[in-house]
Amino acid sequence: MAPFCHQKVLGLESMESTSEALFGVSAERLTKMRRYRKLKDQVAAKAISAGGVGVIFAICLIFFYLLYEVLPLFLPASMEERSSLTHYQVEDPYFTVLEEQGQVALAVDKVRGPVFYNARSGELVEQPQLPVDQPITAFSKDAPGTRSFALGFADGSVLIQKPSYHIEYGATTQDKTVVPSITYPLGEEPISVLEGEAVAHLAYRESGDRVRIVAANAAGELFMKDFAKTESFLSDEVELEEIDRVQLPSASGTLNKVLLSLDQRWLFLVENQRRVEVMDLRNPVADMRVDIAEVVSGDTRITVSDFLLGGFSLLLADTQGVISQWFVTYNEANAPHLVKVRSLTLEEGTPITTLQTEHRRKGFIAGDAAGNVGLFNTTAEREVKDEKISAEPIRWIAMSPRGDSVLFKAQQEAPRNFYIHNEHPEVSWHSMWNKVWYERYEEPTFTWQSSSASNDFEPKFSLMPLTFGTMKAAFYAMLVAVPLAICGAIYTAYFMAPSLRTKVKPTIELMEAMPTVILGFLAGLWLAPLVEAHLAGVTSILVLTPIFIITAAFLWSRLPREISTRVPDGYVPVILIPVVVLAGALSMWLSDPIEMAFFNGSMRDWVSHDLGIDFDQRNSLVVGLAMGFAVIPTIFSITEDAIFAVPKGLTQGSLALGATPWQTLVRVVMPTASPGIFSALMIGLGRAVGETMIVLMATGNTPIMDMNIFEGLRTLSANIAVEMPEAEVDSTHFRILFLSGLVLFIFTFMVNTTAEVVRQRLREKYGSL
Amino acid sequence: MNSIKLWFRKGDPWVWLNGGAVAISVVMVVGLLLLVAFRGLSHFWPHTIIEGTYHEADGSTYTLIGEVADEEWVAASRVRGTGVAIPEDVKVVQRMLIKTGNRDVTGLDFRWLVADKLTNVSTPEELMVVERREWGNFYGYLTAMKENGQVVATGAEALPALDARLERALDLSDAIHDIENKDIGAINYQVERLRLKERRLELEGELTDAVRMELDAERAALDAEYQTLKADLDQLNVEISRDSLVATTMSGVEKEIPLKLVVQYKQPNKMSLFEKIGDYFHQLWLFLSDDPREANTEGGVFPAIFGTVLMVILMSVIVTPFGVIAAVYLREYAKQGPLTRTIRVAVNNLAGVPSIVYGVFGLGFFVYFLGGSLDALFYPEAAPSPVFGTPGLMWASITLALLTLPVVIVATEEGLTRIPKSLREGSLALGATKFETITKVILPMSSPAMMTGLILAIARAAGEVAPLMLVGVVKLAPSLPLDGNFPYLHLERKFMHLGFHIYDVGFQSPNVEAARPLVYATAALLVLVIVILNLTAIMIRNRLREKYRSLEN
Repeated sequence: MAPFCHQKVLGLESMESTSEALFGVSAERLTKMRRYRKLKDQVAAKAISAGGVGVIFAICLIFFYLLYEVLPLFLPASMEERSSLTHYQVEDPYFTVLEEQGQVALAVDKVRGPVFYNARSGELVEQPQLPVDQPITAFSKDAPGTRSFALGFADGSVLIQKPSYHIEYGATTQDKTVVPSITYPLGEEPISVLEGEAVAHLAYRESGDRVRIVAANAAGELFMKDFAKTESFLSDEVELEEIDRVQLPSASGTLNKVLLSLDQRWLFLVENQRRVEVMDLRNPVADMRVDIAEVVSGDTRITVSDFLLGGFSLLLADTQGVISQWFVTYNEANAPHLVKVRSLTLEEGTPITTLQTEHRRKGFIAGDAAGNVGLFNTTAEREVKDEKISAEPIRWIAMSPRGDSVLFKAQQEAPRNFYIHNEHPEVSWHSMWNKVWYERYEEPTFTWQSSSASNDFEPKFSLMPLTFGTMKAAFYAMLVAVPLAICGAIYTAYFMAPSLRTKVKPTIELMEAMPTVILGFLAGLWLAPLVEAHLAGVTSILVLTPIFIITAAFLWSRLPREISTRVPDGYVPVILIPVVVLAGALSMWLSDPIEMAFFNGSMRDWVSHDLGIDFDQRNSLVVGLAMGFAVIPTIFSITEDAIFAVPKGLTQGSLALGATPWQTLVRVVMPTASPGIFSALMIGLGRAVGETMIVLMATGNTPIMDMNIFEGLRTLSANIAVEMPEAEVDSTHFRILFLSGLVLFIFTFMVNTTAEVVRQRLREKYGSL
Repeated sequence: MNSIKLWFRKGDPWVWLNGGAVAISVVMVVGLLLLVAFRGLSHFWPHTIIEGTYHEADGSTYTLIGEVADEEWVAASRVRGTGVAIPEDVKVVQRMLIKTGNRDVTGLDFRWLVADKLTNVSTPEELMVVERREWGNFYGYLTAMKENGQVVATGAEALPALDARLERALDLSDAIHDIENKDIGAINYQVERLRLKERRLELEGELTDAVRMELDAERAALDAEYQTLKADLDQLNVEISRDSLVATTMSGVEKEIPLKLVVQYKQPNKMSLFEKIGDYFHQLWLFLSDDPREANTEGGVFPAIFGTVLMVILMSVIVTPFGVIAAVYLREYAKQGPLTRTIRVAVNNLAGVPSIVYGVFGLGFFVYFLGGSLDALFYPEAAPSPVFGTPGLMWASITLALLTLPVVIVATEEGLTRIPKSLREGSLALGATKFETITKVILPMSSPAMMTGLILAIARAAGEVAPLMLVGVVKLAPSLPLDGNFPYLHLERKFMHLGFHIYDVGFQSPNVEAARPLVYATAALLVLVIVILNLTAIMIRNRLREKYRSLEN
């Protein structure tokens, strides 16, 4: 050793020879290698750091991506002016609408009838000749999707017209020209409704093969005509056959507007600018008038009235800047009456001058006398956007079916074309978490119904039933899991013999790895029918098992010591396994006799008939049992660790002072371990809240809000699994599903973090003991 | 009385109740495993076929042939409600679920019957069950064999004839399957590739007439190849249609079953115990190696096993390096402070984030965002049909890798912390760089921890279904993601998965009753795989602890 040390302090030359002698490489080579190794080390450090940070970044990405997908839901709409229609020449239109592409506008002029013009410049595109040379006196439009409208003439006749658009492609697919024309869906021949009298007000609906026209003369007398429409197979010819002509009860005031609901049943008469008369056209004429509602109070007057998409809800705008939604519902006496559902305000005190409903959503755009325009959605009860675009009153608003192109016309100015970006108006914080009064509902409700076959469907995106279902499932699961897991953990950590503990712990932890799809499948296909058929047995298990265990314990304590000491301390579960199995078997065996004796053969029928509680086969009880099973190992494992980690000194001290093991447990061990148990509960709750497959398979997935243990539920996670594959990408529905994912993420993340922090504190506290 | 009070005050009953909780938990776990194992594994046992006379409620009788699928005791009042006459003093009656098969003859293949009404039950040895490719099982007596519509064997000769002819038919069926799936599948695949190539050249403006002619020539060659295969196939189809068996059903109807529809037949009542055991393992093997039939309610689960395994392998390949790098960074390179601690807690917590959230993220980010971008960049020729912009194997693997990343990171970190400081310092003192210390000393020593993490990750991934439903699993994949066509591994394809198979067959299938035994079998298989993986992980973990315990001392 000594000579070697001595050599180290020698000069360079001898060192060289040393390295040669030691490693067989020259010093130069060695330096190179060292440099290379250093470089490698540095590169590796950089690469690993980059990789590590990258992985952590990827994990953060989950949160930010979910947020990125959800955010558009809560952004306001935006508006951007594209052009001014300087060549616009229409005098005074009843109504203006844009076609799908937003290139051509159709105005129905009060004198000239339909006029097509360019929606960007206002240049005239086409002015079809009216086949009638009578002055136009009234106008009515049909549902937005059908595009058709009716004109009433001074001679009492009515003509139905419909714009038709044909796209001509240029060199590329981007280059398209829209060629408009007018068609006559019911023939070019005007239909006579009022014999000789001028049509003052007109309402018209066509659905399927039924056409209904209601017309009023200047005196306020109302006539209704029904037609059956038959289309011939060979040509586009349509034949109209008059079925009925009825004189309706006359208006009781000055008529402002006549509105006919889409189902052709309800007729609304807006009168005296302050009240609405409701007629049920299915009743005999004498009983038709079912309600007269004063819709405004004081000096307020109705300025505009129209239907919302779907032709069911009435929108009434007034001089106070308020737009209210009304529809017919039934009161306690089952009598129809008009109710105000909600109201939205553009600008307090400024009269609304015009209003245009959206073609594909339950929304509208309103303009007022001060030049403000506002985009609204009724379901979300939300003003998506408002802007003052002019100093003058807004005269009319025209909209394309997609809702992205809009024309605004202020009093003296040329109309202006705006691009509107309004993707998700139907959602608001209010509509997701509060009760919403949906169309055709009798009262405000929490409802989740994301899609339907019908086009004018009102999507119902209330997250409350889903959140409630999630909580309900988690509650019942915890009800099952918490006692079993915590009691089991207490015994395993504190009383159990070590040799047994090493076997029991992995067995229960194995449950955690059990795929939830298997638990869900067993719950849905095995447990649910079993519970339904043997409800009495399942109930009696809950009672019998504890009784059996206590009895067994008592009997054991009475056994002669020679026998009871043969089983070592801490082997109680082994003794109890046959007892538990016996209790279970006895309960199941007694199930039929009990049902026979007390429940007339079937407890399930007894519950649903005699108690009047709804009973689903796949109910919360089943979910609670199955998901409780899944949560037990999580809670068990962490609780057991927490109790086991309580310093032995504490328990020994307590025992030495004369406390019984049970007293020591309750007074010393449990308080010390309580933060750990708390974190176990939190993590268990997090797992129960996010669990998907079990609830998907073990419940009926009905989004209802009812605490009833015998009814199903739908959770946020199961809802995602069911609806995500069908949701249209980037639609509101899609983003709301992302939102529910984000809610789950944040909830579980917060719960777990709390648990983790508590646990770490605990660890620090007892690390020193 | 006093002693009971004392006994309660000592707290013994509560201790026993706590012990009872352990007992209940253990009974539940073991009971569940036994239930799945028993139900799943008993499915393959050749069931006895019974024949008996059933007395209907209206007094008529008919002969019944079938297997007893289930039995239960129900309240007599419920059975009376269905019109069956039960004597007043009888409180409960036994009901049996009989699988009668013959769906093509009777329309339903299961029926609930009152056990008392079934008389003259016997188990004739000649009773035969035929497993068919269509219409489910057939139960009945073999009467004759036909060749081209002519009876060639009847009575006792029919059975040997059936054996020989069925073997021939099965060989032919295999040949047809080979041609249809392998050869014609390959041709179709190449034709599709040619189409995409042409489209791509067209988009790039390089589709000259010369190239087009070349492509047409290739196409013509493929077409010629296809025509020969088609001729072979037609020939085989003619040959396989030659034979058929004739059998009588329980209602006495003679039914002719072409052998090309027969998978196998057996006469379980005739089998000895030894034969039954042999048949059991044969059926088990068929279950593991066959493709599913009849909307997944019959046949095997091979594609699901294959898909699960392949997906898990891909996931492991992705998750291991990233998980280890992140763990090494957190433990060895990052400055240990509040920030690192926070990151550690966050990573830990990600393991508790619901798996469906990962599915949502995978669908939005990987499938639509990354996949859509990949398609736009590299596969413009396939538009408008997506290549990677739709759920598939690759995205499923990556999503699950992300899901299991916390598991691997946590396990590896735990392994890294367990390595005694002295070892690390010794290595550094000897002049090794940090990187050398990590790769040569620390990582090899912590490899069991990594293995534990990986195995736990695999166990989790194999059982996870919810996210997969969004990112790539389908109920029936037309082709495996790994085949003989270049580039062999098709990452963009959708795949089948054991867990999803359970969900789909158990809950979405039109004939849940018929599929139930199969679902139990699949569940047993999945449980077995996961239990084995977990036990391995536990074993490795324990051995690892032992190893370091000796090191530390």
